[in-house]
Amino acid sequence: MSAQAAAHHAPPKSFIRKYIFSVDHKIVGIQYTILGLVSAFVGMALSWVMRIHLAWPTASIPLLGTIAPGGAPGGVPTPEYYLALMTMHGTIMAFFLLTAAPMAGFGNFMLPIQVGAEDMAFPRLNMASFWITLLGFVVAASSFLIPDGPPISGWTAYTPLSAVGQAAGPGQGWGQTLWVLAVAAFCVASLLGSLNFIVTTIHLRTKGMTLDRLPMSTWGWFINAWVSLLAFAVLLPTGLLLLLDRVGGTSFFIPGGLVINDKLVPHSGGSPLLFQHLFWFFGHPEVYIILLPELGIVGHIMPTFIRKPLVGGWKVVTWCMLTVGTLSFVVWGHHMFVSGMSPYMAMVFSVPTLFITIPSVIAVLVFIASLYGANIRFTTPMLFCLGFISLFISGGVGGFFLAQPAVNSYLHGTFFVVGHFHFTMGLAAVFGAFAGFYYWFPKMWGRMMSERLGKVHFWLSFVGVYCVFMTMQLMGFTGAVRRYSSFVADFMAPLAQTNRFMTVFALLLGAAQFIFLYNVIWSYFKGPKAPDNPWGATTLEWDTTSPPPFDNFGGRHMTIHHGPMEYDGDASVMQTSPEKSIAGT
Amino acid sequence: MPGKAFAVVVVIVTLVVAYCVIAHVWWMPVDISVHGPGIDRQIEETIFGAGTLFIAGQLVLAGLAFLYGDSKGTRRTKPFPGGAKPLIIFACVVVGIEVLVLSFVGSKAWGAVYFTPPDPDSLRVDVQAGQFAYYFRYPGPDGKFGPLHPELISEATQNYFGLDGDHDADSKDDIVTAGLAIPVNKPVLLTLHSKDMGHSFDVRELRIQQDFVPGIVIPIHFTANQIGKYEIVCTQLCGLGHYNMKAYLEVLSQADYDNWLKQQAAMQ
Amino acid sequence: MKAGYRFLTLTAALLAVAFGLLHSGSSVRAASTSQITGTVKLDGTAPHQKPIDMSKEPSCAAVHKDKPVTGEAVVVGSNGGLANVVVYVSQGLTGNEAAASQPVQLEQKGCQYLPHVVAVDAGQHIKILNSDQTSHNIYPQAAKNSPWNKSQLAGAQPLDVTWANEEVIPVKCNVHPWMRAYIVVVKGPYGVSDDSGSFKLDLPPGNYTLTAWHETYGTQTQNVTVASGKPTAVSFTFKAK
Repeated sequence: MSAQAAAHHAPPKSFIRKYIFSVDHKIVGIQYTILGLVSAFVGMALSWVMRIHLAWPTASIPLLGTIAPGGAPGGVPTPEYYLALMTMHGTIMAFFLLTAAPMAGFGNFMLPIQVGAEDMAFPRLNMASFWITLLGFVVAASSFLIPDGPPISGWTAYTPLSAVGQAAGPGQGWGQTLWVLAVAAFCVASLLGSLNFIVTTIHLRTKGMTLDRLPMSTWGWFINAWVSLLAFAVLLPTGLLLLLDRVGGTSFFIPGGLVINDKLVPHSGGSPLLFQHLFWFFGHPEVYIILLPELGIVGHIMPTFIRKPLVGGWKVVTWCMLTVGTLSFVVWGHHMFVSGMSPYMAMVFSVPTLFITIPSVIAVLVFIASLYGANIRFTTPMLFCLGFISLFISGGVGGFFLAQPAVNSYLHGTFFVVGHFHFTMGLAAVFGAFAGFYYWFPKMWGRMMSERLGKVHFWLSFVGVYCVFMTMQLMGFTGAVRRYSSFVADFMAPLAQTNRFMTVFALLLGAAQFIFLYNVIWSYFKGPKAPDNPWGATTLEWDTTSPPPFDNFGGRHMTIHHGPMEYDGDASVMQTSPEKSIAGT
Repeated sequence: MPGKAFAVVVVIVTLVVAYCVIAHVWWMPVDISVHGPGIDRQIEETIFGAGTLFIAGQLVLAGLAFLYGDSKGTRRTKPFPGGAKPLIIFACVVVGIEVLVLSFVGSKAWGAVYFTPPDPDSLRVDVQAGQFAYYFRYPGPDGKFGPLHPELISEATQNYFGLDGDHDADSKDDIVTAGLAIPVNKPVLLTLHSKDMGHSFDVRELRIQQDFVPGIVIPIHFTANQIGKYEIVCTQLCGLGHYNMKAYLEVLSQADYDNWLKQQAAMQ
Repeated sequence: MKAGYRFLTLTAALLAVAFGLLHSGSSVRAASTSQITGTVKLDGTAPHQKPIDMSKEPSCAAVHKDKPVTGEAVVVGSNGGLANVVVYVSQGLTGNEAAASQPVQLEQKGCQYLPHVVAVDAGQHIKILNSDQTSHNIYPQAAKNSPWNKSQLAGAQPLDVTWANEEVIPVKCNVHPWMRAYIVVVKGPYGVSDDSGSFKLDLPPGNYTLTAWHETYGTQTQNVTVASGKPTAVSFTFKAK
């Protein structure tokens, strides 16, 4: 097949072809993972400045006055600088960390190996998608270097604020244009990546690797690639339309009769609600794009450490992921209940939004019920899987509130929403990604990470995230409004104490992530060498060296005899083993 | 050990969260609207339903993590009794019923705000949101709002609405104010429009939140049943001054309201 | 010896005179400019200025509790004097006039700009202060100069700005829509009329065209001749619409 022919390529010779401009899916995966780590720390740093400002609004933040004398004269962020930080925090975290890393980071490295292939179907496209993603990151980050700074319209960039240009405020000139270009680049890269994942999974499976024997993580990436393809296909043209409104004189999203600074805006005929519909048509699937890889990763890792298959085997959780991914396309209006959209449409969107909880609940129930009768090995990856389950429950119940228009009309735009999406995307998904990181580090870099440091990282993070974000979510019941650079409203001023509590724990939580970073760097250089299969797992990535050779299997042709969950206590049977099945999968 | 520690932490978190919610550590302000109790009831029911799932999920997770640590022995693993079927049935039935109930009952609370027509005798107030303040317009003795001319808007001369009193007879007696005052127990119909960006009209005590959309005039109606002064805050990111975009809603006795309106008319 | 002393005395005296002449340069210049004094009046009834309702900013509303402020588009004092008129030289400057060097202050107090109209020379510094408990956002909507838009938090350091080109620049505060000021950037001497409509400026002798600018009533010009040593009186009258 042409895909197989394309995947086969000779080993590179030069340093540049080996580690920089590499078509090897393993290197591309590592590059995405490193970009994800950088994004995580940059995004976190932005959030620390935001949190410190909210807790101590008049305090001068060390170093900030020197780095950003315009945005934070004397080290105190101005309102527009706060909003710029917030916009970039959301953009960097949602796109460059959460969307990219668990899918394009781990997925690129592991998926070809897990299906038994030599590489992705289109290795050069794969390399291109990383470099285009990196270009997007650089373009987005460059908005910090221009005089007026990054945009202030949030990662959601609602119009007309994001469309009318400089008149709308600082950062809305070049800053917003750079942002649109960065997101457009990200879309292109994401579409290329999705194509690769889909074609590789369909065409490059090795002998015996029928669909019912695919590892859970592969299913997660495969389903995610379809959702991603359809969703980013809508965001890209939306971004182009927005760009045209900004620089091309069009009025897709700008109605007539607007007056800014006592001047009539020279656009007419457009609709701000159109932008919201287009954005959220992408935006809601996007949150599942962020979540689905972790559902797959947790579903993949858990059997290894509970030493038994998941309840319902591969089928139930996979069906859940498929249902959630499909339904995610018909619920976008729940972001728009009070937007001015028809209140009848609100009911239309509310029903599927409530029903989408059912497959999510089934997946969580499967994970929990699988613990029954298990022999749980509480390694760091397993702890993060358990943390994922707890955090996903916490975030998920918030969805019951926000899915109902009547309740949403009180909670919309409050910290309840911010808490909810941090729990689901920022915490549950990140814990799932951490589980993957600790699980696959030995395979990717050939060394074991420190279990002790890993556990310290887990405990500090697990307690820390509840202290920060559960407080935030509950604070939302007061109606405390989000996206405010200071709490000057009468009813919000008394929340200063709560803010300080959250900030202190947010900073501690941030500090704990440096333990993880130290562990990564120390283990890379000094960790004990990793065996082929340190966890006693069964899937193909554990059937080769750590790290794998250039063509993944050293010339061996892998033939599959079992599903991925052949575990029973201490015993396990690898997918390629000709031995009898012990778990009936 | 780590499994037992995990279980303990999860149980503590669950109990603390349950306490904070039940004890209303962070809670909604008093409701002052006629339709509000329907929304509050919906919130309470959701807390009950979602809260039960939250507590049950966390406690079962904690319990199983506590019980099934690897005993470093030869214990064979046990499958979950019934396999996936009971889980699927539980989710579909229990969550399904909860979802259907919340949908149907919730639609009543939503309908009370949006599917019922406004009282024909409502007090009408025109509300304009613009970076970064709200201005309100009362129709005056003629009961009619004059037309708006965006090209005449001038903040410098405080012509926020773009009214042309010289040429539009209906505009002459329009009363423009920076605060919204309404009489208690009287139906009020607001027409919301935006001068520039997306904004939002949010009064927590009224249990009303509605975005302003540039290019559209959006009506909302309600009746306030408690005298007092309440904050109107903007909840739709509209630019740098978003955090300080607010006005006050004063619910007054009819006599106080009439006085207030007279004073405002004198200041035009 | 006697001749030597005489020579020394003469030289010293000459040096002293030269020195004195050099150092009395300013007073020599002062002696060569004359003062123009004038009044600006409004003919007719000033349009009604609405009181400003600052209720969205309680800390500022409290400042004006006892004495509400009104819009300042037209401020008329006693005897019909029109305030906030900038009078400057539109023709006749030699180009050698030094720009005024003292910085001028624009203060945000009680959610108002004080003064409402500020005149500066191109290159002259303006210090912008925030004396309120709330943040303000200064947005000079310049067209011939570079516009900018900056927040100034309560208690922040003053902003120090200059302008390169002549222009009438409206200044608004994004956060408080009723706040309005004007920065009028000119070249050469200028004056701004006070509450009674009085202004003054100093010019060397010569023929000039003076322009008077008001935010509502636009501009008027007048030719004036300044004689050495004699003050000149000028008056402008704007017609209320």
